[in-house]
Amino acid sequence: MTVDELLRDAVPGLGNGPGYNYAFLDELSKRELRRKTLKAVSIPGHQVPFGSREMPLARGWGTGGLQLSLSLVGPGDTYKAIDQGADASVNAVNMRSLVSRMAEVETTLDARDATIVQTRHRIPEEPLRGDQILVFQVPIPEPLERVEPRISRARRMHAERDYSKMWLFLYESVAKHGEVTVGARYPVVVNGSYLMDPSPIPRWDVPKLHHAPNLALFGAGREKRIYAVPPHTSVEPLEFEDYRFRVESFPRGAHCRRCGSDDTFLDELTDERSGETYFTCSDTSFCDRRLEERR
Amino acid sequence: MAYTAVKGGEEAIKAAEMLEDAAPGGSGPSVEEVEGGLRYAVDSVMSEAGLYAPRLAARAVVQAQGDLAEAAFLLRAYRSTLPRAGYTQTADPQEMRLIRRISSTFKDVPGGQLLGPTRDYSQRLLGLQRAEKPQPNGAGTTDGEGRLPRVTDLLREAGMVEGPEPREPGAGPFDLTREALAVPASRSGRLQSLSRGEAGAMTALAYSSLRGYGAVHPTLAEFRTGYLPVRVEHPHLGEGVEVGEVLCTEVEAVGREMGYGGEGEADEPAMSLGYGLVFGRCERKAISMAILDAAIRAGAEREQGPAGPAEDEEFVLYHADGIEATGFVEHLKLPHYVTFQSSLDRLREVQRKAAQVDG
Repeated sequence: MTVDELLRDAVPGLGNGPGYNYAFLDELSKRELRRKTLKAVSIPGHQVPFGSREMPLARGWGTGGLQLSLSLVGPGDTYKAIDQGADASVNAVNMRSLVSRMAEVETTLDARDATIVQTRHRIPEEPLRGDQILVFQVPIPEPLERVEPRISRARRMHAERDYSKMWLFLYESVAKHGEVTVGARYPVVVNGSYLMDPSPIPRWDVPKLHHAPNLALFGAGREKRIYAVPPHTSVEPLEFEDYRFRVESFPRGAHCRRCGSDDTFLDELTDERSGETYFTCSDTSFCDRRLEERR
Repeated sequence: MAYTAVKGGEEAIKAAEMLEDAAPGGSGPSVEEVEGGLRYAVDSVMSEAGLYAPRLAARAVVQAQGDLAEAAFLLRAYRSTLPRAGYTQTADPQEMRLIRRISSTFKDVPGGQLLGPTRDYSQRLLGLQRAEKPQPNGAGTTDGEGRLPRVTDLLREAGMVEGPEPREPGAGPFDLTREALAVPASRSGRLQSLSRGEAGAMTALAYSSLRGYGAVHPTLAEFRTGYLPVRVEHPHLGEGVEVGEVLCTEVEAVGREMGYGGEGEADEPAMSLGYGLVFGRCERKAISMAILDAAIRAGAEREQGPAGPAEDEEFVLYHADGIEATGFVEHLKLPHYVTFQSSLDRLREVQRKAAQVDG
């Protein structure tokens, strides 16, 4: 099916289409989104303001990622959505049903089959390829928000590449607690230039952005910003020579109770009956596949 | 049950929708009843959505079961699907067909006070004997008054109120629905942003200024409610063609407090003017908008910076939008277990190091 056929179906009263434009947004809005995306790709890590539209999901529930996905999809695309690494999470289910309903694309649970992977808080364990796009839902695009809530001032700091307040923040946390205390949303420098918020992914996922073959797009709907990490671009976490960036560690011997993996990001759970702590893979589709392969 | 651990996310969403929509003991009010009888609800939804469409707003109120923040959100999300066809000509508020006009500046004002439909002076007794069905209110039935002179103009002529701001350079007004707002905002951007702000948030911020967190505590030179004609340019003939009327509330607030004020035509000290214009009869929001407009300008002119949150442009404009605020506050209901795991990892590490030092 072509885009033109779908558009004809979408006219109310004609055909059996949904009565909305293809992929929800009107064509001019999608074009604007793609123009701003191209600008973001051209200036890695730089936040590009855009006229964010209100979506049929609440602000703060992934409307930035959703707008990016809807501006990119076309017939022939395959879409995957995850939240916390899980395809079955209610938010991911909602995204998948909306995109498949409005853009009539195939959906998948397997990261290898997807052309667009939209995510909240995780990067799939499966390494992505150059023909895939990873779309992040971003709540707070400003990495300096921790040290400078005023956006007008933060923008000036970016323009001058003045990140001293962020360095000081990290230094103070080492001085007070003996450790950098930033959990998720770890600040990174992209292409040796702009400081960027990689969205609230765990530190575990930050190294996956470094020189990745795939394009990574970040959409913040409420804050109206798009930014990008183009393929094969350096993404380096802020760190001191004597206090290195470190990913999350799990207790010795921790492994997924389902597939047995000890090299994936794990969710910590409690057995209701025994009260014991156990772990499962956060990336549920990856876990399913490993489980099948091991049988 | 965990909200991700099973493959049941889809069924869970469907079941939740069914539970929410269940209307025990019959159906709620119809769209027509809401449009006629819950006029303030409809107005508030149109105003916060930034879309003048009474029938669609009433539909949204019914669908949201009276949750007005949700209804405004439904209407705004619907607007995202519509292409921008064009812009109307600049409307002249002097053409408003007035159903209400008050000026609190003088005992007697040219043109007179027009109280119109209001419950401002009614005793607020809960009507225990009244009919249960909502009744349409009177705003839709009066013909209204035509042009009335403005107290603001008289004050301006006397050199007591600052002159109008010069027209912004450039082709047309800022369009909040198509561009991201940056601060300091253009005047058209600021007014658009305030005009579709959330009434409660704006009332709280304006109230804080009146209570001294800031200096602006103005007098209402004009308070007007009425039907404002809307015109578009004819594509071939080039002249304005009236395409309808929108019910609006307009406020001009004047004052000079604690060293802040504008300048008159001859650069002498004068009162500043705060402006408010909102869709519908959202009266307290229109007054709040005028206060915040004046407060923001006061804050920008102070050498030592804003004297309170209401005078801080970024603070006001970034937090007064109800759609954004409610969405982000409620997103905390979404699962956060990956980021929480990450925080736990850091806390455990800090605790471990602290234990080492103590031991």
